[in-house]
Amino acid sequence: MGMTMIERILARKAGLDAVGVGDTVTVDVDLTVLIDLQFATMWVPPLRIADPDKVAIVMDHAVPAPTIKDAAGGPHARKFAADFGIERFYDVGRHGICHQVIAENGLARPGEVLACTDSHTCAAGAYNTAARGLGPAEVYSILCTGRTWFQVSPTIRYELVGELPAGVGGKDVFLHIANEYGDATNHNLEYGGPGLASIPLHDRRTIATQGAEVSADFSTFAYDDVLAAYFDALGVGAPGVAGFEPAHADPDAAYADVREIDLSALVPYVARPGTVSRNGLPVTAIEARKIDQAFIGSCANGQLDDLRIAAEVLRGKQVAPGVRLIVTPASQQVYRDAMRLGYLQDIADAGAVVTNATCGACFGYHMGVVGPGEVCLTSSTRNFTGRMGSPDAEIYMASPATVAASAIAGHIADAREEAAR
Amino acid sequence: MSDSPTAAQAGALHVTGRVWVFGHGLTTDDMYPPDAMKLDIPEAAKQVFYNVRPGWSAQVQPGDIVVAGRNFGLGSSRPVAALFRQLGVAALIAEEFNSLFFRNAVNAGLPAMTVPGATEVFHDGDIAAVDLAAGSWANQTTQISGTVPVLPDLVLEIIAGGGVLARLARQGYLPAELADVLSSPSAAAAGQGSGA
Ligand code: SF4
Repeated sequence: MGMTMIERILARKAGLDAVGVGDTVTVDVDLTVLIDLQFATMWVPPLRIADPDKVAIVMDHAVPAPTIKDAAGGPHARKFAADFGIERFYDVGRHGICHQVIAENGLARPGEVLACTDSHTCAAGAYNTAARGLGPAEVYSILCTGRTWFQVSPTIRYELVGELPAGVGGKDVFLHIANEYGDATNHNLEYGGPGLASIPLHDRRTIATQGAEVSADFSTFAYDDVLAAYFDALGVGAPGVAGFEPAHADPDAAYADVREIDLSALVPYVARPGTVSRNGLPVTAIEARKIDQAFIGSCANGQLDDLRIAAEVLRGKQVAPGVRLIVTPASQQVYRDAMRLGYLQDIADAGAVVTNATCGACFGYHMGVVGPGEVCLTSSTRNFTGRMGSPDAEIYMASPATVAASAIAGHIADAREEAAR
Repeated sequence: MSDSPTAAQAGALHVTGRVWVFGHGLTTDDMYPPDAMKLDIPEAAKQVFYNVRPGWSAQVQPGDIVVAGRNFGLGSSRPVAALFRQLGVAALIAEEFNSLFFRNAVNAGLPAMTVPGATEVFHDGDIAAVDLAAGSWANQTTQISGTVPVLPDLVLEIIAGGGVLARLARQGYLPAELADVLSSPSAAAAGQGSGA
């Protein structure tokens, strides 16, 4: 019996010829990523760790510190990095949302295992990496031992066909899938097929990231020419640099389900408040709800291409009265690139607030918390009740293009129509 | 030093307690809302289910068991299990767990069992008994019982040993004298801090 991509990686890292659904395996972890929250409050420095070269520290969720509790974490992180000689330390100023920092530095490598204290670590699945979020205590354990265990879940394969139409992004692909198929609790997701080539890498990352919202374990994309070119450009895996070994699915791999998605038939989607699971509608069919806050950011949609798309929609227009548009680049690198390319100028000229790179409003912690009775349209990761602040706020979710167009219109709107205006 | 649990710790895999029954799709935002992340564990614990069942955190008693429906714990890596332990919750039962949330319970040393149909089998106030080592559960109030697949030994060992941090202390990664402290609720969130 063949193996799926994720089974291949787990088998390899467990030192086994094969693994199957239900097996519990102990695997070597190639990279452990600690985030700022891990160091806030009761951080206990370990006596020893497995390997400082397999650790990265990223300051992301609450930087610069909005509370004294968060501020107390910074010195812990700096001391830990210095004491243990952690070279990959992305401190404030070189910081960004961990999944963006992981991506832009080539820390997630094809065929490898990556662990991080954030539930959206599955984002790195876009790079053919076995990556998933683990709790702070478990990540701490991996930091110490270099290993952890997984029970192999059944895999659902998304077979992509057709080409993604203009004006439809990764967010729309994901919202369509979530609406059509609902939760994938205790299942892995695998994406491949001839249509994959038409999905740019940034959109793949959005899709991989949001596997968390349908409760999936790992979400992993096939290794293809697009990925090969990306790693070539980064210089990771190039001759002279330690190579990696992509994980391919076997033709006779066993899947819990294979679902074909015709990309050419997709349109922009909007998820209604509460959940993304079976709770969306095409933008053409959703109520034109008036919005108070519009947010473009997060690990899913605060990438450079997301800001480019927002800038294209906003250029020369104005955010509607009564609407706050908050735009948060996913990393300091994205911020600097978007500034250099003029995107931030267009966005700010339209009346948006551009913030520092951080998680911020995405998890309702700082810089854009929503109040009781407010309606928010977000391009971030979660529309759960209370996620972005008050439990009495309503959170709709859509692509950066839809959010930008809606901020101009003052209500949920179709970017494709707004562009024609 | 060995990292296998003592016989007394193995008793941690067998829990009997009064149940509180919740519904389907409860997220970590329902249990550990963003504002609570700014607080210390004892204060944050008061906000568990703040919106779903206001006032519950004042009613739950040490030794009680939480029963939930499908997709329990969808969301963040926030150490919600530590909040449950702070409230004295002795075990979790759900029809289906989100795997990250389940792992967090295991790593905090909080027994968790998947029981299909649990929200119909149990009602508020019933007395439940779960034995993770045997893979058995019972509603002692209604005399209904059943079995489920036993978790892997590795997982049972982590739970029985008081969670992953206590285990690390036994393995010499953390000061040994911290082992007991480390299996306390506030420490179950430390080492640690938080996650999202
Ligand atoms: S941007 Fe949001 S979803 Fe992404 S890591 Fe930060 S808090 Fe989590």
